[in-house]
Formats: sequence, structure tokens, C-alpha cells
Amino acid sequence: MSLLNTLPDYVITTKTDEIINWMRKSSIWYMLFGLACCAIELMHTGGPRADIDRFGASPRASARQSDLMIVAGTLTLKMALRTRLLYDQMPDPKYVIAMGSCASCGGLFQLAYSVCDGVDKILPVDVYVPGCPPRPEALTEGLLKLQDKIMTERWLSKGPSNGNLPTPTFQA
Amino acid sequence: MESLEIYNRAKEKFGDRILEIVDKKPDPWMVVDPAALVEVCEYFKADAETAFDCLSNESGVDYKDRIEVVYHLFSYQHRHQIVLKVKLPREDPQVPTLENVWKSANWMEREIYDLLGVNFTGHSDMRRLLMPEDWIGHPLRKDFVEPQEYHGISTVRESPIIRLKP
Amino acid sequence: MTTLRTEEMTLNMGPQHPSTHGVLRFIVRADGEVMREAIPDVGYLHRSIEKIAEKVGYHGFMPYTDRVDYVCAMFTNQGWGMASEKLGHIEVPKRGEYCRVIAAEFNRLASHLLSVGTMAMDIGAITPFTHALREREMINDLIEELCGARLTFNYMRIGGVAFDLPPGWREKALAYLDHLEPILAEYDMLISFNKIYIERLANVGIITPEEAIDYNLVGPNLRACGIKWDIRKDIPYSVYPDFEFDVPVGNGQWGKLGDSMDRYMVRIHEMVQSVKILRQALKQIPAGPVLAKVPRNFKPPAGECQVRVESARGDMGWYAVSDGTGYPWRVHVRTGSFAAMGIVQKMSRGLMIADLVTIIASLDVIAPEIDR
Repeated sequence: MSLLNTLPDYVITTKTDEIINWMRKSSIWYMLFGLACCAIELMHTGGPRADIDRFGASPRASARQSDLMIVAGTLTLKMALRTRLLYDQMPDPKYVIAMGSCASCGGLFQLAYSVCDGVDKILPVDVYVPGCPPRPEALTEGLLKLQDKIMTERWLSKGPSNGNLPTPTFQA
Repeated sequence: MESLEIYNRAKEKFGDRILEIVDKKPDPWMVVDPAALVEVCEYFKADAETAFDCLSNESGVDYKDRIEVVYHLFSYQHRHQIVLKVKLPREDPQVPTLENVWKSANWMEREIYDLLGVNFTGHSDMRRLLMPEDWIGHPLRKDFVEPQEYHGISTVRESPIIRLKP
Repeated sequence: MTTLRTEEMTLNMGPQHPSTHGVLRFIVRADGEVMREAIPDVGYLHRSIEKIAEKVGYHGFMPYTDRVDYVCAMFTNQGWGMASEKLGHIEVPKRGEYCRVIAAEFNRLASHLLSVGTMAMDIGAITPFTHALREREMINDLIEELCGARLTFNYMRIGGVAFDLPPGWREKALAYLDHLEPILAEYDMLISFNKIYIERLANVGIITPEEAIDYNLVGPNLRACGIKWDIRKDIPYSVYPDFEFDVPVGNGQWGKLGDSMDRYMVRIHEMVQSVKILRQALKQIPAGPVLAKVPRNFKPPAGECQVRVESARGDMGWYAVSDGTGYPWRVHVRTGSFAAMGIVQKMSRGLMIADLVTIIASLDVIAPEIDR
């Protein structure tokens, strides 16, 4: 005899993983880490037309209050050391979206002497959003893919919390 | 006034400290001895007929055998502009600073020092502007070699084909 | 009785901050809330665009010029196009020039809208930012129909523009201008005469006209000090002599001449003048080709030139040196924001920390123009 049929309407049954992941994905607060041109599209994504606030994502100024770091723009070598510091200041669980082609692979600045080719040389990246700059709709899709990824995480069973992505190390 | 007229007046006043006047289209320019540069610029700023009150642009160019610093002067009163140049040797280039004549030269000279290695004598704050403080080398020179890594981050770009190998 | 000892604090307004002007860092030496000095530290977005020019050639450099100032990218495109054309003695057809002016003035509107919106947001008023973005999104739609991109356009080519105006675009543009003019008056009513806004902006960051010329300030920053100087009127280029427009100048009616309120009001009035130019351009545009014939391996004769373009942030000086091959020998851009950062250290003495945000926002600096 199933226990489910005897419960009243205001009781729900679910798995711990699902309820925790659902709460986490519905209120991802992102840090305003706009570096270059993609920062303008990041502002437009939080703006009136393509609004990611309806998915629960709201901008925060401080690293200590945010779960998501959207690296929007070109990462120079001078900025890379500070980026790593800010990532270390974010509390767990934390996610990184590399927005734009400069953050994914260096973009059109691969010929430059002062540009770090891709933010995945210093941080573990969860979602790459291509584009130069990506449209607000593209960034929204990236955020939704991140939400799908969060739903697959497992908290009480074995496994590290940020998937199996290795964290690159370098001396600052 | 036309640029060539201004150059000829300066040549009359300063004689052979003006090294050369080149009349090339579209912008003719004048080459000045580095030691006399501050005096020539102060004359251009103070004289009522020329009245160059603004240093509009200052850039450094690396030719293979010399480094040149190019100054574009502009006058808001008379609406004319001229081009001055100084030619410097490639090893240890030195030129006096124009910071005390026009304050806009401050940051422009720091940038030229950072990217080309030209030393501006008498500058109040000669340090790097755009590159990190512990960067070695002057990037805009033609013989600059990129370093392989910086603080542990490698700057070598591997070809994506490598990742496809089994 | 013990004597009070006030020590000086050294604070770091780091490269990551919620202001929208890009990655700038200030080392602030402050005595409580009042600053002794704010030393700017730049270079966090130095992408070596000038060195890349020597590797990619004349045509290939056009997309890189967008990234020099991404908020008003049409002006940088136009500057590089004009420098290459002056070196190579190429003449742009009349319709191409009109398309350039139309695209550029729309971009000036978009840039000033963003500048005004983010200035209000930095002061603390979040709502005008969403209003400004709403209008800017409509301009983005228009420009996307014209050239395919919303932010970094790569629309202009050496010798003209890449695409002609699509059919029906003129009517949409004129309808948008009719929609925008009452909204600019609405911004005035909403923000400009708000008492808190005037208290935050008036008499903050005063620049005298002599200082402005000495530090080589350009654009709206210079016009706010009372100097009537605009490259479009004084060293005219392209087809700007065909249009009738006014050059707004600051007049110090809210505080002293040359304060932040003047810089803000000059931008609002410039938007009104841009609408005027656009209406005339859309009416007078002639028929014809939009792109001159330029060879694919473009090799201008050896020489050098300097070109000045009136961008939304002031006049940009493009200095290009050619050695006769298909790759430029040296390209140097002197932008309005670079000069404006030079004066911040001097202006910041004696101001409060909150005023530092105000002067950065009112000077309208943007990080890639400083670092390139």
C-alpha cells in the first residue's frame, strides 16, 4: 500500500537532491564582473527587454554575496590575478559562466601580448557562451543550461560538489 | 597660419637647432634637436601669433634604426596645428619632458615610456601605465619577444588540432 | 587630555566595482570621508590593439577599431576609415558619407543615453537606467537591421560603408525619432530638476576653461566649461557642412561653470541636436553607390597622417604611419577618456569618496578607450 495516496494536499514528497537543487537554481545571484564589450550586453540582459531577473538572477556587487561569476569580456594578464582572488572569495557552491569568445578562448585578441587566452586557464568554467558579443537571448540560454546542470548535482551521495572539474593552480 | 609659415618663423628664431623641415603631403613636419625641444615649445605656447595652447597628441614610433617621438600641437585661438618630431637612438633614448609646458603630456609620456622605453628626463612620475609593474620589456618595439608565461599562466597558444589527437 | 590622532587611510576601489565604466582602479588616500587624493591605476583592459594593427593589415583592422570604444563603435570605424582614405587618396561617394553620418549620429544618441542612464545609476537612482535601456534597445534594433550587429558593428569599410539602407528603414527611423523627442523632455522632468540630483552634481568637480585646454579635455567635457569647440563645425569633415545644427555649451546655471551638472546638461542637449541632424540627413540622402572601389590588397603610399573625428566622448585623434606595404607601420589613437583620466587625480583633492563616483560618471570615461 503506497504511502503517497494517504497524504493530504499540502504535503509534497521529493528527493533531497531535487529540492535542494531546485532552490539553488531558482535564485542564482550573479556578480557584476563585466570587463569589456560583453559587459554592455550583460547589462542589457539584466535590463528591461531580456530580463533574467524573472529567472531569479539578480546582480550583486560583492563577491561574498554571489553564487555565479559571469566573466564578461577579455581577460588580460594584469586582471587575471585579481580574477582568481575574487573567485576564491566567493562562497561555495559557486559557478562560472565564460561569456563571449574572449573569455572562452581569447577571441580575436589571441594575437595580443597581454591577453590571457580564455578564463579556463585560471578558473573552472561550467558553461561557455559563444558570441562576440553574445546576444541577451544567448546569455539567457547559457543561464538556463547552467540551471539544468545544477539540477543534476548530488549532495548527499558521493561526489565532489562542483562536478569533476579540476581547479587550475598557479602562483599569484 | 599655414604650417610651413610657422616652421620658417621658428627656423629664423632658433637657427640650426631646428634640424629639418620636411614638406610632405598631407601634413608637413619639423624635426627639432632634443636638447632645444622645451625652449621651442615654450616659444610656440607664449607667442601671440602662434599661441599653441594644447598638446593634442604625442606618440612614439619605432623605426628599425631610430625611435621618433611625434608631437601634434594645436591652437584653439587661431585654429591651426603643426607637427614636431624628435629623432632618438634606439639604445637608451632620452628626451626632456614637456610636462611643465602642457599638463596633458604627463600621461602620454608615461604611456610612451611603458610601451617603447623612451626615458623622459625630469618627469615627475615615470612608471609604467598600461602594463603590470613587473613586466619586463617594452612591447611596442619591433624586436619585442613575448614571454612564455606570466606568474604561472602560460601565454603559448596551442593549436586546437592537438586536442583531437587520440 | 589625549590628543586626537587622525591617520590617513589607504583604500582600494578595486578593478571590480559596480560602476559601469569598466575596469578602473583607484588608490584612495582618505582622511575619514574626505579624500586627500585618488590615484588612478589603469591597464586592466590593455589588449594591445595598436600592435595587432601591424599584423592584420588595413582592412583587417576594422573590427578591432570597434573594440577601442564599444559603446560608440561607429565613430572609431569612421576614424580608421578616414585615416586610411587620407593615406591612400580615396574618395568616398556621397551616399556612403550620408550613411556614415546617419549611423554615427544614431550611435551618438545610443552612447549618450547609456551615459546618462549609468550616471543616474551611479548616483543611486536605478530607474532612469531601465528607461534609458528601453530607448537604447530600439536603436539597437534599427542598427541591427542596418548592419547585422547590436554592439560591435564593423559597418564601415575603407572607402564607404558595407551595406546600403534596407527598404523601409527610413520610415522606421523617422518614426523612432518622432517617438524619442518627447521622451527626452520626459527625462528632463524626471531627473534633471530633481533636488537630490542637483545637490549631488552641482559644484562638484569644477574645471576651469584654461585647465581644460591644458589637460587636453575634449568633447562634452570641454564644452561644459564654456568653450564652443566641435570638430564637426570647426574642422569639418564628411558631409557635416550640409547640415544645420547648434553646439550646446555649458552655462553654469545650476552651480559654477564647468561642474558636473554642466557636463550632464551638455549631453542632454547634444541628443536633441543629434535628432535634428538625423532628420535632415534622412531627408537629403542622395542616390548612388555606397562604397568606392578599393583593391583587396590595399597598399597606400608611404607617409603619415592625422585625422580627428568628433566621437561621443570627444575628438579622437587617429595617427597612422604607412610604409608602402599592406600592413600599417604604426597606428596610435588618442581618445577623449585618456585625457580625462589625467585630470581626475588633481580634481579629486578635497572631495568626498562619494563624489569620486560622480566625477568619473560625469566625465564619461570608459576603460577600453584609456587602455586600448
